[in-house]
Amino acid sequence: MTTRRLVLTRSAAVIGAASSGLLLPQIVRAQSDKVRVGFMLPYTGTFAQLGVAIENGFRMAINEQGGKLGGREIEYFKVDDESNPAKGIENANRLVQRDKVDVLVGTVHSGVQMGIHRVARESGVLNLIPNAGVHIATRAQCAPNVFRTSFSNSQPTLALGKAMVDRGHKKAVWITWNYAAGDEAFEGFEQSYTAAGGTIVKKLGLPFPNVEFQALLTEIASLKPDAVACFFAGGGAAKFLKDYAAAGLNKSIQLYGSGFLTEGVLEAAGDAANGVLTTMHYSDSLDTPRNKQFRLEYAKTFKLQPDVYAVQGYDTGLLLVKGANAVKGDLGNKKALYAAMEGATIDSPRGKWTMSKAHNPIQDMYLRKVENKENKVIGIAQKAVADSGAGCRMG
Amino acid sequence: MDFANFLIQLLNSLQYGLLLFMLAAGLTLIFGIMGVVNLAHGSFYMLGAYLAWALTAQFNSLTLAIVVGCVLALVFGWLLEWLLFRHFYKRDHLDQVLLTFGLIYIFEELRSILWGDDVHSVAVPEAVSQSIQLTENLSYPVYRLVVSGVCIALALGLYGLISKTRLGMKIRAGAFNREMAEALGINIRLIHGVVFALGVTLAAIAGMVAAPLSSVYPGMGSSVLIMCFVVVVIGGIGSVRGALVAALLVGLVDTFGKVLVPQIAGMAVYMLMAGVLLYKPEGLFKQ
Repeated sequence: MTTRRLVLTRSAAVIGAASSGLLLPQIVRAQSDKVRVGFMLPYTGTFAQLGVAIENGFRMAINEQGGKLGGREIEYFKVDDESNPAKGIENANRLVQRDKVDVLVGTVHSGVQMGIHRVARESGVLNLIPNAGVHIATRAQCAPNVFRTSFSNSQPTLALGKAMVDRGHKKAVWITWNYAAGDEAFEGFEQSYTAAGGTIVKKLGLPFPNVEFQALLTEIASLKPDAVACFFAGGGAAKFLKDYAAAGLNKSIQLYGSGFLTEGVLEAAGDAANGVLTTMHYSDSLDTPRNKQFRLEYAKTFKLQPDVYAVQGYDTGLLLVKGANAVKGDLGNKKALYAAMEGATIDSPRGKWTMSKAHNPIQDMYLRKVENKENKVIGIAQKAVADSGAGCRMG
Repeated sequence: MDFANFLIQLLNSLQYGLLLFMLAAGLTLIFGIMGVVNLAHGSFYMLGAYLAWALTAQFNSLTLAIVVGCVLALVFGWLLEWLLFRHFYKRDHLDQVLLTFGLIYIFEELRSILWGDDVHSVAVPEAVSQSIQLTENLSYPVYRLVVSGVCIALALGLYGLISKTRLGMKIRAGAFNREMAEALGINIRLIHGVVFALGVTLAAIAGMVAAPLSSVYPGMGSSVLIMCFVVVVIGGIGSVRGALVAALLVGLVDTFGKVLVPQIAGMAVYMLMAGVLLYKPEGLFKQ
């Protein structure tokens, strides 16, 4: 469909130019054309719902502007990245080279993100990351044209340490999958927990995405720590919560985690999740007028309840709107565009946040407790949490 | 690690090993008797788990769900053998790998269309939902013991079927020398259908009894598939007895590896496999 329409409009333009005998200057042509926005998101597979939520959120932010960016119409392009890292570069190139997008929005999976990242750095196309928390994208390999609107993998756990020690839990066991996201989450936990005066008794791990936790739970019971901190997400998280409760550990050892432990799995985990404490940049139950208004609008438009991924997609839209408005839709004016996005304050459903120098959000982290299948906010665990951005030099 | 903990970890590894055996038994049977490399075996585990979830919601009883699920799995396995696999027995292993690799994607998509991409949980039956207090802060879910019991019962049943019954004799004859068995009037096509359906059902049962323990999620088949192949390779391809020994061994190494040397937990099982293959290139129990 898209290609056929493209051929038609292009041939019409060529005929038009030929008949009038005029060749318009490049910049005027770019101005009058539509802004080309490409989504590279998972539309199939385990993360399919995340991709849909992100796109919905993004479109909602744009529709609040009358469906335009800095006064210009938008043409959307979509590529399903299948959460397949092996096709990351190829898929990103499809949007950048074939569809010639001005903005590439993507993605969820950190491995795929690295493919997009390479293409973005080589081509200079503006890339907005609506989820993937892989550190290097806003650290050693940060780039002027790459902005993240979600989190870095260590950000939620950076707020965890103090909250744990404040509750008198000074000896903890850490447990996660041995893979990049788990290691990065551990970095945040180790830093914040030891700084707050806590001691990590033991670091336990199992290969991703192994879910046979029983041996490690037995080990935790024999170590008798004050608390357990963890990073798990998705199906594995539900299973961990259930196994932890079935082993009776939830009665004597408080469980903490990065917020993804209890996102989207509370229905599956049931009562086993009750009382678990997590830190994250959002919660469905966040009791602010901004969040309530967002949730109402989203539910009305899409007949779905929004989640943290929808919020991140929405914020990606808000950020792009800020930038595009500042340059009146001329996305070719990169210097002014990036400066506007760097300086923007995003009035998000999660609360106001700003961009760090390395292009990662500086945001509040909430402490949340699971009650009746809901992440109840019990306060701000830490205000204005920033990723270190270590090694970032904007070229 | 004190003695009590050591015993509990032993129990953990036994339980994990038995579940692995259920899966690997079907895989090794199908390979040993029909010579088919079945990469889609993990998908049967996943479909079993989803069946348990869907049927439990229907009947309000996991036991009934498992019984109905078994019948469905048998029929499904039979149909699959009849429609697809029987045309591939004489083909190259590469063709079989391509077929079964494609099936993985088809089953994932079917699962997505039928049941969606959500993570689900299956409730443990009321009668066995309690836990036994083992140490001051650790309890052991009774359901885990039930799962082990089911696995042991099925392992004994399988042993009895293959070594003590007439059908088992025919199966062994067919595996040993197909032409001779056919010449003696054994309907080898029928035997193949039975064995394939049996293998699929074993994997599905493993998925069904594990569903309350593991929760039900997309892609759960692919993670067990690799472990399954490790077990089959260590045990000797085609040997059910080998699969049992190897599964228990893998359970032990995996469990104690995770606890004692967490740094190499991911590698421990593969190191075991490499070690075994170094000294016994055809696995522990050669067919």
